[in-house]
Amino acid sequence: MEVRVQNIRKEFSRFPALNDVSLDIRSGELIALLGPSGSGKTTLLRLIAGLESPTEGTVYFGNEDASRKTVQQRNIGFVFQHYALFRHMTVLDNVSFGLTIRPAGRRPSKDEIRKRALELLDLVQLSGLEKRYPAQLSGGQRQRVALARAMAVEPNVLLLDEPFGALDAQVRKELRRWLREIHDRTGHTTVFVTHDQDEALELADRVVVMSKGKIEQIGTPDEIYDTPNSPFVFGFIGESNILRVRVENGQLWIKEHSIGVSALGEADGPAQLYFRPHDIELLDGNGGCIAGLVAMTRRVAGTRHVELDIGAANSKVEIELPPEKVTSDHSRIAFRPTRWKLFRD
Amino acid sequence: MTARTAPLWQFRQPSVIPGFGLALGVTLSWLILIILIPLSGLAWRSSALGWGTFWTLATDQRTINALRISFGTAFVAALINVVFGVILAWVLVRYRFPGKRVIDAMVDLPFALPTAVAGIALTTLYAPNGWIGSLLTPLGIKIAFTPIGIVFALVFVGLPFVVRTVQPIMEEIDKEVEEAAATLGANRFQTISRVLLPGLAPAVLTGFALAFARGVGEYGSVIFIAGNLPYVSEIAPLLIVIRLEEFNYPAATAIAAVMLIISFAMLLIINMIQAWSRKRYGYGA
Repeated sequence: MEVRVQNIRKEFSRFPALNDVSLDIRSGELIALLGPSGSGKTTLLRLIAGLESPTEGTVYFGNEDASRKTVQQRNIGFVFQHYALFRHMTVLDNVSFGLTIRPAGRRPSKDEIRKRALELLDLVQLSGLEKRYPAQLSGGQRQRVALARAMAVEPNVLLLDEPFGALDAQVRKELRRWLREIHDRTGHTTVFVTHDQDEALELADRVVVMSKGKIEQIGTPDEIYDTPNSPFVFGFIGESNILRVRVENGQLWIKEHSIGVSALGEADGPAQLYFRPHDIELLDGNGGCIAGLVAMTRRVAGTRHVELDIGAANSKVEIELPPEKVTSDHSRIAFRPTRWKLFRD
Repeated sequence: MTARTAPLWQFRQPSVIPGFGLALGVTLSWLILIILIPLSGLAWRSSALGWGTFWTLATDQRTINALRISFGTAFVAALINVVFGVILAWVLVRYRFPGKRVIDAMVDLPFALPTAVAGIALTTLYAPNGWIGSLLTPLGIKIAFTPIGIVFALVFVGLPFVVRTVQPIMEEIDKEVEEAAATLGANRFQTISRVLLPGLAPAVLTGFALAFARGVGEYGSVIFIAGNLPYVSEIAPLLIVIRLEEFNYPAATAIAAVMLIISFAMLLIINMIQAWSRKRYGYGA
């Protein structure tokens, strides 16, 4: 189901947690809310769920105004970071819970409920564990029970609050891939909150980057990574270098040196140059370039990270080189960014 | 070739926590000194009676009635305490209101107050000419000097046991669990009855056991309000004292032994239920 958030504002005792946020979520989409802690991403998720009510603004489920509905009436599935399973119930009872508490008119028969719960446990690959109690499961298994429980009520939208936050790296990666598979099979409209950019970029159809109660950018993972539209997004997603530069006659300058990057059509004046460590090309150092002495090198998996001291008022710059390129400390390296973006102060 | 096999059960598991021997030694000596020696004295005295005598003494009608009153009233009082203790703990944990600390402190009063004081206070209130008793007498309700009075006294002394065992577990309940229930469509009542209360069951059971045990052994507060009519409102501990005053040591010993056996059996069963639930749910008091 489509979910539309319109001009939402949320204050917690006068402190604005969300400020005029609007977001359209398409039916069947897997969308990530990404941001540092305190950016309002969890608040936005809880507002969609109905666990919080907005100070101003409206939430629509399809064409229906859901703002006035209680959390019970919205028929959503919510998965919490710390699972929030009912610990006195077996796995099967946990998954069945949402169906067994329905009023008699809408409640499926006992056999039907059991059948559906078992199907869901099969979907989340926990067949055979239905008689266990949550305390007897691992973290990853518990979160899968939580997901099955949320899906049992056939929710309009599935909301996941840092679903893998409490799990260790290995399990997290595994569950990530698995969640994508489940989503592709079931087609639930899904919103998940994360502060892990890898998770968001790998998993989501679209990523919503949030900061300080506002949406900074909405886009596909490619758009977010390749064309960030603000210094915040550039700095928050992936690695980045920031240099103070000057635009003059369509060229970029650091002090009196041209850095070999032409910026035609940019107005003259000071600016911040953003570029990623791997978006560079090495130069011989005779023409316009950024040059510096190697301060430190690190081998990170398939690339070599080189930290350059380029002097001046700029701090250190990090670039990525192929591992066969061996550099010694204090040797001189010259390069030029190939993809970059300028932001004015 | 002989295969070296590990012993099936080792008295001492290898452990990084030091002092197992010392700690166990102290614990056992202390238990023996404080609990086992007095109790085995009791067992020895009653075994000296011989089975026949013991049986005659234990099945004396007055003894049976006293035991029935003691265990019955303690059971009813513990049940009442479970209901109101859980509500009280809920209010203390969930809500903020002026005077909360005072109420929290008041819960412990029955722990500290000499039980005789409580008994006398309750008697003055509920006696036919007391404040509350005088209002109830015209309605034909008699509280003081009946088993109902005993229940009242036991409710008073047992209340903190339930509140203080349930309260910390209730504080631990994750708000997310309630929210999870709500997102699945559970209303307030379903959340409480299907999710919260069952989760508290082990703690409630412990509170019940403690309140019940305390009620069975209670003496001071009860003897004032009970009226102590033989066969009607005479509790077993009082009967023991009466027998002792009559220098009828065998009878006192027999009643005490029966109380001991019943109490121990009941507490053992409750403990076993707890161990079972702890194993299953991975938590519990």
